Formats: sequence, structure tokens, C-alpha cells
Amino acid sequence: MSTLPESYLTYPHRHAGPDHAHYPAAPLPERPAIRLPGDRTLGLWVVVPLEFFPLNPSGQPFKAPGAMQTPYPDLRHYTTRDYGNRVGAYRLLTLFGKLGLRATFAIQGAVAERYPALVRDVVADGHAVCAHGWDTDSLHHSALPADLERSYIDRTLDALSAVTGRRPDGWISPARAEGFQTPARLAAAGIRWFADWAHDDLPTAFHTEAGDLTALPLSNELDDWQILITHARPEQEWVTQVSDAADWLLAEAAAQSSPRLLTLTVRPYVSGLPYRVKALRDSLANVLKRPGCGSVSPDDITPG
Amino acid sequence: MHGDPNLYDFWPYRDRPKITWPGGKKVAFWVAPNIEFYELDPPGNPSRKPWGRPHPDVVPYSARDWGNRVGHWRMMDVMDECGVRGSVSLSVAMLDHHPEIIRACVDRDWEFFSHGIYNTRYSYGMTEAQERAVIEDSIRSVQDATGQRIRGYLAPALTHTERTLDLLAEYDFWYSCDLFQDDQPQPLKVKGDKRLISMPYSLEVNDVITYGVYHQSPRAYADTLMRHFDQLLEEGAETGTVMCIPLHAYLVAHPHRIGPFREALRYITGHRDDVWVTTAKDIAQFYLSSHYDQTLADIEARGCARPGTGFNPAPSGQAQGDRS
Repeated sequence: MSTLPESYLTYPHRHAGPDHAHYPAAPLPERPAIRLPGDRTLGLWVVVPLEFFPLNPSGQPFKAPGAMQTPYPDLRHYTTRDYGNRVGAYRLLTLFGKLGLRATFAIQGAVAERYPALVRDVVADGHAVCAHGWDTDSLHHSALPADLERSYIDRTLDALSAVTGRRPDGWISPARAEGFQTPARLAAAGIRWFADWAHDDLPTAFHTEAGDLTALPLSNELDDWQILITHARPEQEWVTQVSDAADWLLAEAAAQSSPRLLTLTVRPYVSGLPYRVKALRDSLANVLKRPGCGSVSPDDITPG
Repeated sequence: MHGDPNLYDFWPYRDRPKITWPGGKKVAFWVAPNIEFYELDPPGNPSRKPWGRPHPDVVPYSARDWGNRVGHWRMMDVMDECGVRGSVSLSVAMLDHHPEIIRACVDRDWEFFSHGIYNTRYSYGMTEAQERAVIEDSIRSVQDATGQRIRGYLAPALTHTERTLDLLAEYDFWYSCDLFQDDQPQPLKVKGDKRLISMPYSLEVNDVITYGVYHQSPRAYADTLMRHFDQLLEEGAETGTVMCIPLHAYLVAHPHRIGPFREALRYITGHRDDVWVTTAKDIAQFYLSSHYDQTLADIEARGCARPGTGFNPAPSGQAQGDRS
């Protein structure tokens, strides 16, 4: 039987705070209060990923959530995902228009290249845009050669600016996956904020060798994929969970005199289905009708 | 292998030209009972195991056979009560195994389309000749047993090859239920000059997905179906939509499930002024003659038309998505 080396019981990062240099420990109750537009106490940040799922994914280094599942050609999953970009996204745009909600569309480079009309409609409706990597099979990870990772980033930013006329300064990685060098490479490419890490409820400074980013909070626990797909809960229960979150955050914001953010990712191919879009409407309307609540965009919560 | 099947063009669901169903109806509603046969000891396919356990896997096998002995009859009663003619997704071997069920469908003037020969024989790895044999067997067998010429197809167990849809067009099929990209029909890009469309089959409200994937309760399923319908009805005022309920009697016809399902079916079919309760073939025929050209013209006018046909060739500008 093999044995473990002595080094297995050495702990080079055993010190106060996290085991990396990106940010120090900072308990939420001691955090300086952030300020939201209109002196709101609860900001609702809605993120809509626009993703491309290739029919022939490599699945490396892992299969992105939502990727093909059955043997090639998996037309079933390809077309259910594509439904989101063709139909579901437009259902969400219509809903946001009725609610007067400004969302943030996290758009992959392949979507901008393939479906520029969709991206133009998102911009024309007044929503914020950030980059979301090239496609769901171009994942960022530590074994990716530096040049290749930089080309994923540059190509994505180029494809988006070619359609919108504006180079994005915000980023969410496909599947929120990163390599150790990803944040620094994003900073070097001119990215100002990103939202891969789920370490906080408020924006935090995120140090990298190439400069500091703002890490925006984005819950993995309340989004449509987690509640409706992974946990397979009925839509009404999702509405209740979003409402409970808003109640709690508003009370905490009042008690601590510190505004809070409710962050929600909604996927067009999940929330944009006919039988789900009204549940999403109820969730969002429930939050927005509360005194002191309003939708926010990255520019509102990223220090200038 | 292709990153994009190129079977249809991008077509944004905003400002589409109006579809008006016959009688000024807003939603074309159809129900697809899957009348299937799963074999007790099917041959293996290298790409997919038919059963989870070693053969005979008696629990899931017999659960499906329950549909052919109990479930279909109960489901037919409910559909009769609501005045819904089924569009049957047929394992063609059912013609031989259970002619009594086929007769009951024929007596009700239901439509048949092919769902392969058995739901335990997959398309993966088929040669062109084998895939043609399945299609020719489907056409001939249904014609001989019922007098109907089938016009629709849903690949067995949703298993395809790159050539499946081209072959359907060549054999004068009108519609495919294999693609789930839209709530309206759309022309498919197939070889030759035949016209083939995608028929919305609404996989997400399929009872297999509800009970097998999302693990919902019967009442939650009924609620889902009604909300799904409400949304498509609302949108149907702008341009006609299609709603399909794909069913499997071996799931939906259990005594604890069929009651809530009947409530949903009564609710939907109760909207007589707005809903065209019909079959997939009738939707396809109407769409092909009244709206097919309109859709193509709109896609062209939006600049969304791309060259080529399904899997042939890869659309230009997307080569980087292809890893052959």
C-alpha cells in the first residue's frame, strides 16, 4: 500500500483569512453600507444568460450544466436550449418591459455571432450587457494554455462589441468556471467587474496580479436552474422562496442600516417556457412592489 | 460532427407575421398519445442500453405493458369525453402485438404517425439502408393496417442520425416532432425540393418529463398544463401558437394521475372559441398551404436565412463550432 508523503501534513496557507490573496476576511455585519440609486434598501439584480450549447461538445474539462446528454446528434437538448434564444428570451424581454425592469444579459460570443438580431433587441430594450465567454463548451480552467484563454476572452469581447458597438466591462464565465489565472486575465483584458464567485452578498474588491476587479454577488442557490431543475421544485415554491429572500433581506437592511442585493439568474430556456413565465412575473413583481425595492444594474453597484 | 445541425434558421419570436388558425382560432391544440412497445429482451445498441438492469428488467418492462392493457383504455375515455382525437405516436410493431388498441384508435378516427418500430430499437449507428427500411416499414405497415398514409415522425426514443430529417422529406412526410425549438411550426432545411416542417411537440409538458425528470405531483402537472395553455392562448392573439400534450398512458393513466389530467384537458378544450382542437396532420396541412411561404419570406427579410441544409454543409461563419 502506498503511503502519503510528509508534505501532506504541511499547511502553507494556514493563516488568518482565506487561503488566497484575492480578498481578506470581512464579516458582513461589519461591512460599510453600500449606496443604491434612489437610496433604495433592496436592489434586485436579474441576470439572463444567453448561451450557445454546441451539438458536439467536447465536455472538457467537464460538461457544462445544460449541455448535450444523449449520443450525437442530441437534437432533443440542442433544440430545447435553442428554444431559449429564439422564443424564451423574447418572452422575458416582454415581461421585463411590462415590469419596467432593467436586467443584465450575460451574452456569449457565439450568440452574438450567430444571433446578432437577438443581441440588438436586448440593447434596444435598454438592458445592460456583459460578456459570458465564448460558448458553453469553451470553459475556462487552469490547464487551458494562456494564449487560448486570452483568445476566448478577446474573441468574446470582440464579438459583442461588433454587435453592440461597446466593449463589455463585465464578465461571467461559462458555467462560472475559472482557472487560477482567469481573474487576472480578465483584468488585463479591461474587465472591471465579474460575477463567478459566490462568496458574498455584497460587491467586494477582488485583487489580481493585473489589477483589481469588483466581484459582484450572484446567488447559486435561488436561481431557476437550482430550484426548478436541480431540486425539481414546482414553480409556486420558487415564487415563495424568492419572496422569503426579499423579506429577509429587507429586514436585515433595515436592522443594519445597510442596503442589500437580491440576485437572481433566469435562463431563457428554463424561465422562458410558457408555463413558467407567469411564475417569474409573480416573483419579480412581488419583490419590486415592496417599498424601497428596485432593479439595479452592474453600473449601480460597481464602484467607479 | 457538427456544432449546429443547421436544420432551421434563427427566427426571433417578436413581430412575426400573424398565423390565424382555421375559424380564427388562436391556439392549435393537439394530443399525442405515445402508443409504444418496449421489448422484454431487445438486441443491444452500442450507443445505448435499453434497460437499466440485466434482461429481463421486469419492473419497467411490465410498467409499460400496463399501459397496453389498462392505461390506453382509461386515457381514451378521457379524450373521448373532451372531444380530442389523438395523433398517435406509434411504435409500428404495436400493429402486430395489439391490434385491439389500433382498432380502438381507428374507430375514433385518430391519426397515426411513426415513432419507429419498437421503442427499444434506436437509430444510432443505422446505415442509410437500415434507416430507410424503418421508414418504409412504417409507411407500409400503417397503410396496410389502417388505410392511413402517415405524414409525421418522431424518432424512436428520440434517437436520430444526421440523415433522419432528409429521409423524412424524401418519403413525403409533412412534419417532424423531433425538434423542440419553438411554439410555432417552421420550415426545415432538408435536401431536395420537398417541404418538411417542425411540429411543436412541447417536450417540457410531456408526462415523461413531468413524472420522470421533474418528479411533479399529478395536480402540479395539471396546473402546469393549464398555465402553459394560458400563456400560449394569450400570445396566440398576436400570432397563432401550437400546444401539444405528449402522453404515455403507462404514466398518466394511473388512478392517482388521470383525474387531475382530465381537469386540465377539460379546461383547455373548454375554450372552444379560441382553441382549434385538432391533429398534427391537420395543423401541418394547414400550415404548409397557408403559412409556410410566409415564414420563409419573413426569415429572409430579417436577414436570418443561412445557406445549406441540415448537417450539409456547416453554415459559413460557424466552422469554429465544429469539431469533426
